[in-house]
Amino acid sequence: MLTISDLSITFTQYDQGLRRKQLAVITDLDLSVQAGELVAVVGASGSGKSLLAHALLGILPANAQLTGTMEFQGTPLTPERSQALRGSAIALVPQSVGYLDPLMTVGRQVQRVAQLNGLPAGPAKTLMKRTFNRYDLPAQTPRRYPFQLSGGMARRVLVSTAVVTQADLVIADEPTPGLHPDVVTETLNHLRELTGAGRGVILITHDIDAALQVADRVAVFYAGTTVEVADAQDFSTGDLRHPYTQALWRSLPQNEFVAVPGNQPSPESLPPGCLFSDRCPQVTTECQQARPELRFVRQGWVRCIHAES
Amino acid sequence: MLKAEELWFRYGAHLPWVVREQTLAIAPDDVMGLMAPSGYGKTTLGKLLAGYLTPTQGHITLDTQPLPQRGYCPVQIVFQNPELAVNPRWRIDRILREGHPPQLQYLDALGIHSSWMSRYPHELSGGELQRVAIARVLNRHTRYLIADEMTAMLDANTQALIWQVVAAFAHQYGVGVIAISHNQPLLNQICRPQAIINLSQNAAPQYTPKSPA
Repeated sequence: MLTISDLSITFTQYDQGLRRKQLAVITDLDLSVQAGELVAVVGASGSGKSLLAHALLGILPANAQLTGTMEFQGTPLTPERSQALRGSAIALVPQSVGYLDPLMTVGRQVQRVAQLNGLPAGPAKTLMKRTFNRYDLPAQTPRRYPFQLSGGMARRVLVSTAVVTQADLVIADEPTPGLHPDVVTETLNHLRELTGAGRGVILITHDIDAALQVADRVAVFYAGTTVEVADAQDFSTGDLRHPYTQALWRSLPQNEFVAVPGNQPSPESLPPGCLFSDRCPQVTTECQQARPELRFVRQGWVRCIHAES
Repeated sequence: MLKAEELWFRYGAHLPWVVREQTLAIAPDDVMGLMAPSGYGKTTLGKLLAGYLTPTQGHITLDTQPLPQRGYCPVQIVFQNPELAVNPRWRIDRILREGHPPQLQYLDALGIHSSWMSRYPHELSGGELQRVAIARVLNRHTRYLIADEMTAMLDANTQALIWQVVAAFAHQYGVGVIAISHNQPLLNQICRPQAIINLSQNAAPQYTPKSPA
């Protein structure tokens, strides 16, 4: 349904005076999502996860240049087409209630989303009530303002905004940080349910643990590139291909809790070779010469020359 | 010893109690884990201990003295969202020197790059800014550190890195740490089993102070 290949996003910024500098925030990024599939996008902050969502929704700022291809349902996704599709065929589950209008009740806001998708006011209201009911929100919730919702209720309202659309692709941006484990599981299950109706879901998160609970496949981002796309079960069976993914898995508190020192390379000065080469335990001189290609190894995609089948 | 005795707190005279009869004590060079579902007043308790809020009833003592009202508070708190904890109009180097200047070794250990110093907070990612917020409190004048979901918005690798640095700092200067988190595996890693308190299970927390080494 969605295929992204070799996507790069570069920002042009003024440095000093009229001197400009280029920030390569996303380089050679690949991702695909099938109908009825939940793909988790995992990576550290600054790895380009949220920018990918912005690119899909066509809301990048004016100083961004985009190269590579994004195809949605077989047709290239141009900025004009994403503008036409966002909110109808592509929907976003935002990060927090901060994305809602603070001065409008949540019922009216969700109803408005349904109306913008072509429903008349009456049926839109019924659909909003049915959706809230479906997520066990109390009967007075539609009359509440965003600030009156608890964390868990807010999650369900935000998921509702995507459910009342007929979107084929739902993008959920960091829906779970700092929530109680029960609320996390509940939110993730709601996202999982969406795939049952044949929708594709992209779950953007830094929390591998949460991602593995519901995802079919996991794409691992590092410094704006896809380093690995693995099946969710590859993590627990230890069948991981890229050194960064292995390090990320080992650093979980329930595993070894050891960290790789250092930082992601800065987008102002990306190394010419593999982006992980300065922190990688397996680095060789070959790694530092050219960017590794994405290869198909053991039923998964990996961008590392040392991964063996 | 940082002690809180029978703390009660509510945000207004007609509002419900947020913190009820909490008593707890933490020794230097120990890590206490605090767990509870949303709405149990964990963050409010942290703010009370760090002197951000004044308890409605009860008192807080640091080595038998009340918390100082002026100057750098020896009890420091780090929140989940660093964007709200730093002055958006200050550059990073000024933010780092807001209290006492941090030691260079911790800046290096946290991976804080010298090129960040001349930037503003919005020019760093959340994970980078959180390291700055943590580096700011890693100085000798911090005696107790309250980590309120300090690494909840960070990836696993950065989380492990930050806790390694904070644990080394706490051990070197005998700093007591209270870690507020929903993440049970994380608390199991950083606390002794007897030092993890679930506020929803015990009316009065059962915390066994660390025996002198």
